[in-house]
Amino acid sequence: MKKSKILMIIGSLLLLTLFVLPLWNITLDAPQYPDSLGIDIYITKMQGAHEGDIQNINIMNHYVGMEKLPEKMKEFELFPIVVIVMALLGVIIGFIGKRKLFLAWFVAMAILGSIGMYDFYLWEYKYGHNLDPKAAIQFPGQAYQPPLIGSKTILNFKAHSYPMSGGYMLFAGMFLSLGAFFVAGKEEEKEN
Amino acid sequence: MNLSFKSISIFLLIGLSLAIFSCQQGSNGGALKNSTAEKVFVAPGEHDEFYAFISGGFSGQLAVYGLPSGRLFKVIPVFSVDAEKAWGFNEETKPMLQTSHGFIPWGDSHHPDISQTNGELDGRWVFINENNTPRIARISLETFETDEIIEIPNSAGNHSSSFVTENTEYVVAGTRFSVPVPQRDMPIAEYKGNFKGALSFIKVDPEHGHMNIEFQILMPGFDYDLSHPGRGKSHGWFFFTTYNTEEASTLMEVNASQNDKDFIAAINWKKAEEYMKAGKFKTMPANYAHNVYDEATHSATTTWKKEVRVLDPAELPGLVYFMPTPKSPHGCDVDPSGEYIVGSGKLAAALTVHSFTKMEKAIADKNFEGEAYGIPVLSFDATLAGTVEQPGLGPLHTEFDGKGNAYTTFFISSEVVKWKLGTWEVIDRKPTYYSVGHLMIPGGNSRKPFGKYVVAMNKITKDRYLPTGPEVTQSAQLYDISGEKMELLLDFPTVGEPHYAAGIAADLIKPRSKKFYRLADNNHPYATKSQDETRVERKGKDVHVYMTMIRSHFAPDNIEGIKVGDRVYFHVTNLEQDYDVPHGISMIGANTSELLIMPGQTETFVWEPKQVGVWPFYCTDFCSALHQEMQGYVRVSPKNSKIKLSWSLDGE
Repeated sequence: MKKSKILMIIGSLLLLTLFVLPLWNITLDAPQYPDSLGIDIYITKMQGAHEGDIQNINIMNHYVGMEKLPEKMKEFELFPIVVIVMALLGVIIGFIGKRKLFLAWFVAMAILGSIGMYDFYLWEYKYGHNLDPKAAIQFPGQAYQPPLIGSKTILNFKAHSYPMSGGYMLFAGMFLSLGAFFVAGKEEEKEN
Repeated sequence: MNLSFKSISIFLLIGLSLAIFSCQQGSNGGALKNSTAEKVFVAPGEHDEFYAFISGGFSGQLAVYGLPSGRLFKVIPVFSVDAEKAWGFNEETKPMLQTSHGFIPWGDSHHPDISQTNGELDGRWVFINENNTPRIARISLETFETDEIIEIPNSAGNHSSSFVTENTEYVVAGTRFSVPVPQRDMPIAEYKGNFKGALSFIKVDPEHGHMNIEFQILMPGFDYDLSHPGRGKSHGWFFFTTYNTEEASTLMEVNASQNDKDFIAAINWKKAEEYMKAGKFKTMPANYAHNVYDEATHSATTTWKKEVRVLDPAELPGLVYFMPTPKSPHGCDVDPSGEYIVGSGKLAAALTVHSFTKMEKAIADKNFEGEAYGIPVLSFDATLAGTVEQPGLGPLHTEFDGKGNAYTTFFISSEVVKWKLGTWEVIDRKPTYYSVGHLMIPGGNSRKPFGKYVVAMNKITKDRYLPTGPEVTQSAQLYDISGEKMELLLDFPTVGEPHYAAGIAADLIKPRSKKFYRLADNNHPYATKSQDETRVERKGKDVHVYMTMIRSHFAPDNIEGIKVGDRVYFHVTNLEQDYDVPHGISMIGANTSELLIMPGQTETFVWEPKQVGVWPFYCTDFCSALHQEMQGYVRVSPKNSKIKLSWSLDGE
């Protein structure tokens, strides 16, 4: 089997790690939380970095009128389907071994990823801005939107938003498909 | 005066060197004080190196300190009620203080001892005895709560307790005061030959720690003062000091101090196990409480035990031997190797040390100098390893540093004396302020002491602290024993009388300390695991409120339909699942304490409203920014009111 094919197949299969590894993480730091509060975001669910973190974040946030973190989201149903379809497609493309298809798969993933990030931004915006008008603690003009990527200060917390192991696997998979595209190019040169 | 430059230089040099020399010698020099302060200073946010569990004596509790800082972290309620933590006040813990004499709100806690595996501290449990109404408690070192209390029958003044064998096979409880066994109406003057001293061997379940009195040895009517297990080569033996071998029952200070020598009783508990297997015991009727707190139901239950199995040493050869020991020995301490048994004769001029090897040989050679109530008395010279001559006045207790040294407290001469095992020579002595009782080296009762510090626990404080009226603080002192000479580092105040302590390296406990109770594992029969399940139910005059608490409200927080004469049970569950977020609850006019409920836990208090009105309840533990708003109301209507039971939170 050609090296490029192997790279493409492995790259696509890496997507499947998203079913066990968290894609993203938001961590909230404050002095009275020495262990931090954290949310691990998977393609199927949100989970506290420690036992009780989701509830504790909800408790903190209810004072300023934020909604609870969602247990169900349409994304949690849609993302697994997209990931499985793309992984399968990638493997099939790998076996077919067409160089242009490698690139097409990479571009498709990049577009899907960007849509995903945009969707994440929209959710963060809503989560941080949709406040209960009866909230006990109100700061006019203050919003509580976590950063899309990076860190920022929100009241007494410092919020950090970064990809996690599953996210890095996704990037690695995409990188391998791009690699497969270039390697395939070299292989074609040799054949000619 | 015409001094040359040279002589001036010499004078200067001499002066300078004298100054340097006196700085090094100065015992109260500023530089030295600073280095002492550094040794006990634990910087803000840093942790202490050791836990010290110091009993409160007449406070009945066990307090947790850090060493070397001497800071107090927690007072664990054990034998005395504690309104702050609802210990003995809430429905869940009332059974813990149940005894054959009924509910007892106080106790006298003496000797904590930490569980061991292979002769080393394992940090799972602390056991502690109650002296007045004989009991042994087991405290979990995951939750720092008392999990179990067992009453000891046939016992009185439960003092030679609660020491554990090197794999925590047994915790022992020996009686200081002999009594008629079984108890009966008889003249006190007929004490001699009729009273008995029970030594109880309590089996500890290796997994859960549950205690069960496996057997009692019914000894002659002496006072069994203190005890320690053999270890290493002497594992399988237990040693008890005795006084009042005169068997006096009045003016004891004189009449129990007549004999030149009393005994150390050596008990072969492996032999006892053989006799138990062979059925050589008698089953006696008894009545004693066994109280167990279940962490899943957050509740304690009392089981009444109706019998106890006893062994008679007079009929069972090889079970007990007496080693004569001068004079009214108090402490009975076994060194880390298990070879030396130190008997601290309170009224003797020297410290007596017995050798286990010599004892075994004396037994094999039948080297007896007589017998007492059918128990062989070994020849004094045959078991003697050595004596520490003129060590001080009024020796009480000895602990070991694991480097071949022993440290003994002297009550009358008010000092700690360091001496060498084997050569019996005194190496160092340091005064205590004042009148030291027990001392403690972390792990000092094990094969592997952490020989870095010794804590002296004093009986008298006098002028050492700011005065606080006639009753001044009790006090302990910390000495550095890492060098050849001891160095006093710190005085620190304690809760109650710091009777005795057990210390352990923090790393053996810290990682396993529980942060909160998982709500999913809460099997309390009245637990309410979500706000949707909150409700109020009436059963005749009893009303059960199923309530939850979470930052920053109770659910329900408005209740109506309660009537004068009802018994209202508030079953309150803390829904938090976060570290260090307990909530409290208290009700105006409730004839009980507040509840202080840990995250994931359920507790219950009873309120019997006596007056019509609208009565508030509120959270007593500052929990959040909206803590002041964490409150609610209960409407109480007249006895014959027709108002229906209703409850709500925010109108829902």
